[in-house]
Amino acid sequence: MTPLIRSEKFLSWFAPGLVGLLLLLAWEIVCQHLAVPDFIVPRPSVIASTLCLDFVMLMKSLWVTMQITFMAFVLATLIGTLIAFVFVQSRWIEISFFPYAVLLQVTPIAAIAPLIIIWVKDTFVALTLCATIIALFPIIANTTLGLRSVNPGLAALFRMQRSSKLQTLFRLQIPTALPYWFAGLRISSGLSLIGAVVAEFVAGTGGQGAGLAYQILQAGFQINIPRLFAALFLISVAGIALFALMLFASKLAIGHWHDSETTTET
Amino acid sequence: MSKMQHDDSPCVDVLSVHKTYANGTQALAPVSLSVRAGEFVSLIGPSGCGKSTLLKMMAGLLAPTDGRIRWWRSDFGAVGQPGRQLAFVFQEPTLMPWCRVAANVRLPLDLAGVPAGESAPRVQAALERVGLGPYEQHYPRELSGGMQMRVSIARALVTQPNLLLMDEPFGALDEITRNRLDEDMRQLCRENNLTVVFVTHSVYEAAFLSDRVVVMAARPGRVHASYDIEQDCPRNAVYRTSDTFARHCTDLSALLYQASLASGTGQEGTVPISAVTRSAS
Repeated sequence: MTPLIRSEKFLSWFAPGLVGLLLLLAWEIVCQHLAVPDFIVPRPSVIASTLCLDFVMLMKSLWVTMQITFMAFVLATLIGTLIAFVFVQSRWIEISFFPYAVLLQVTPIAAIAPLIIIWVKDTFVALTLCATIIALFPIIANTTLGLRSVNPGLAALFRMQRSSKLQTLFRLQIPTALPYWFAGLRISSGLSLIGAVVAEFVAGTGGQGAGLAYQILQAGFQINIPRLFAALFLISVAGIALFALMLFASKLAIGHWHDSETTTET
Repeated sequence: MSKMQHDDSPCVDVLSVHKTYANGTQALAPVSLSVRAGEFVSLIGPSGCGKSTLLKMMAGLLAPTDGRIRWWRSDFGAVGQPGRQLAFVFQEPTLMPWCRVAANVRLPLDLAGVPAGESAPRVQAALERVGLGPYEQHYPRELSGGMQMRVSIARALVTQPNLLLMDEPFGALDEITRNRLDEDMRQLCRENNLTVVFVTHSVYEAAFLSDRVVVMAARPGRVHASYDIEQDCPRNAVYRTSDTFARHCTDLSALLYQASLASGTGQEGTVPISAVTRSAS
């Protein structure tokens, strides 16, 4: 058995954790010493206590943001994958429609969000739509690339065995595309969260069912900077959790054969 | 004994086939070649001589611009019928990394709709034949390059092919591994009375494996010479160090050199083939 301190796994958690802890400590000490007021840069301890005080309210907001994020992510995955499958059916379809997929990608969501919010009555649906548009492109691009990345030798082998189109799809194209698809999901999971937050910023929804972006806006107006930081912290945690979840899912699905999922545990 | 396994029925007939690509490059000048059932034929030649192109045409993967290819005196439609199975081994192992070794070998049977109960023993037998019996539950990336190539050969053997086409299969391997695979390959082919067309760039490999070596010249690709190798010597480590083997290698090297000189002129028959072709008796 290797001692704990030498093991790669332990170090990969311990080292970044230590760095984080030291940074927080430095932040606390510097703010304390220079007597920086809380409404400019709050100390980590103040942020933590605010997080506890406003816990129920912030959790409600987190729940709203996460609902939008999840819905957008699921929608983007479904639609994006479907579009990719249509794209690879024929070169002409891809040539004709791909520029519009790019258009979707390059249009700043902040610019079209107000339109969507005007057109769609239900705020939840409108915000989900905005986040979906942001998260869509990486899935389309990656899945299309993956479906096209079939090993030419294997493709020839399938052709020589006179395989059906369905056999080629399920036994060759889809497994080949899986690592690319998961890479797309990893990017899109983060983007749906960003999309949800940005859309909410633009919409500026008030009242019931307000998400974390609303809390940040409100906290900014009220110069309640500790709460602003607390909300920011929750968004970051949510983003990291999403990323980790996708990492775990892809490891579970393709870790046993794909090199990118191999960890150097020797 | 090996002579008895030959019969004169043709396995593949290449009839004045030529190939010109869309950009006007002439890959193959009219080439004619006949491979008898049970024969092991190697194709060697300088790069660009169209040996891989010719092999792909024999596999039905490429269509000739003009000319015809016949398999067992029929067209390609008859390939795949009992007694007319064709298998191809690529330069790379071309395995599916997401499948275990057994599933990779089973692929041709799965695609042909062979029921699992029937395919399992055949997969096991094919793996035993290439010496990978205990590795059926491994993933390809857990195996060495040589072992992956063996899996690829097992996948070709599992269909019980009558004609095996191999495109520089051991080109990327180190010499020791390649020599071992060559020895095993020759034995496998004899045991199963396979007809093999084998593309290689190695004179030594061609001299070791083949009954006949076809030397090709480039630009445009064409047959430069055909060289017979003595039938009766067993192909083993002893043969590899024999004078006979050395003589074959020297002859083939000379032919290959001539072929490279004859390449690129765009003219056919600059070197009289009859002058350099010799048949070992």
